Amino acid sequence: MSPSRKLRVATVSLAGCFGCHMSLLDIDEHVFALLDKVELDRSPLTDLKTCGPCDIGLVEGGVCNSENVHVLREFRAQCKTLVAMGACAINGGLPAQRNHLDVGQCLSAVFQSRPGMDTAEVPDDPELPLPLDKVHPIHEVVRVDYFLPGCPPSGEAIWQFISDLLAGRTPRVSYPLLHFD
Amino acid sequence: MSRSTFLLDGQSVPFDDGQMILEAARAAGRYIPHLCWHPDFPPHGSCKLCVVKVAGRHVSACATPARAGAEVESDTPEINTERRTLLQMLFVEGNHFCPACEKSGDCQLQAMAYDLEMTTPRFRHFFPDRPVDASHPEVLLDFNRCIYCELCVRASREQDGKAVFALTGRGINKKLAVNAESGRLADTDFAADDKAARICPVGVILKKRVGFAVPIGERTYDRAPLHEVALPKSEGDT
Repeated sequence: MSPSRKLRVATVSLAGCFGCHMSLLDIDEHVFALLDKVELDRSPLTDLKTCGPCDIGLVEGGVCNSENVHVLREFRAQCKTLVAMGACAINGGLPAQRNHLDVGQCLSAVFQSRPGMDTAEVPDDPELPLPLDKVHPIHEVVRVDYFLPGCPPSGEAIWQFISDLLAGRTPRVSYPLLHFD
Repeated sequence: MSRSTFLLDGQSVPFDDGQMILEAARAAGRYIPHLCWHPDFPPHGSCKLCVVKVAGRHVSACATPARAGAEVESDTPEINTERRTLLQMLFVEGNHFCPACEKSGDCQLQAMAYDLEMTTPRFRHFFPDRPVDASHPEVLLDFNRCIYCELCVRASREQDGKAVFALTGRGINKKLAVNAESGRLADTDFAADDKAARICPVGVILKKRVGFAVPIGERTYDRAPLHEVALPKSEGDT
């Protein structure tokens, strides 16, 4: 690899709230240093819909529907290093709080028995991805190389983590930045 | 007369006859991780986080008497990896959703995971269904976070003289139960100032209406890591 080649980075939010992506933008002026070293592939920031070969993939959110599974597998196939970023990717997080409920009952509670709904039926448009019966952390679906906890991880934690990765070090988040909340 | 000593990770630790390895280490200002052990109670030996290696054998430091000249390994990559695995099993067995937990930042399980740099639960989550008990006017029970250390069971039985809590079932079917015909905390004589109400190392037994009073950044383990907080000068009713 020539020293001048920029690393390709892809990011995605699966069953997440985009909070980790907001936190990624919270690295403030480090964003200039970051863009000196990386170029973005598929990401909400580029709006590209497919992922090419990448060096690093950052995955926010867990796996709650069939589309999440396809996207996650695409990321695993394309990214040399795959990172679970944030609580939802690591343990399912908030979306996984539905896991002790029946998904069919959840859907009917929302779409069929709520007052004021025009058409009281569960949407079944073929374009809509099917929900899974449980929300899964991403390591239950693909192999994950590194984990960056936090809800969300702070901008500082993300910067420390990415700096390590870019420098070829094993990423390690120091005590004050390591949080599960 | 000089006291007998043993070696903890190569450093000499004095002890009194009959003192356990963990107690002696603690008295000497040396931390050995633990969750089910508490200074006010006899050793329980169930969480196994205090596992150490003595002469090539794994033993619980809380329940193994110190012996003169013994070589004890504790803070080693091998033992800490085993401890991390135990933590990971505790995390996947319950529902430990830290972002929504009032105990976050003050939780010993979470703090130990930070201390041992556990970044992933690694195993497949069980996502068990464990309904909460909000029946008591002053205290909430959130069983999702129980790690079965039995500290509340012991505190209620031995210090409060009430026996409000018990563990039922075996192995993976084990659960924390409330000792009332209805199974509800409201139907016991449990009170918010009981020892048992203040001893939970995780977020099962929570006083109502005080959650999130301490801001992020100022909570117990925001200020100092568990291996400092847990040493004698600052360990009390947590």
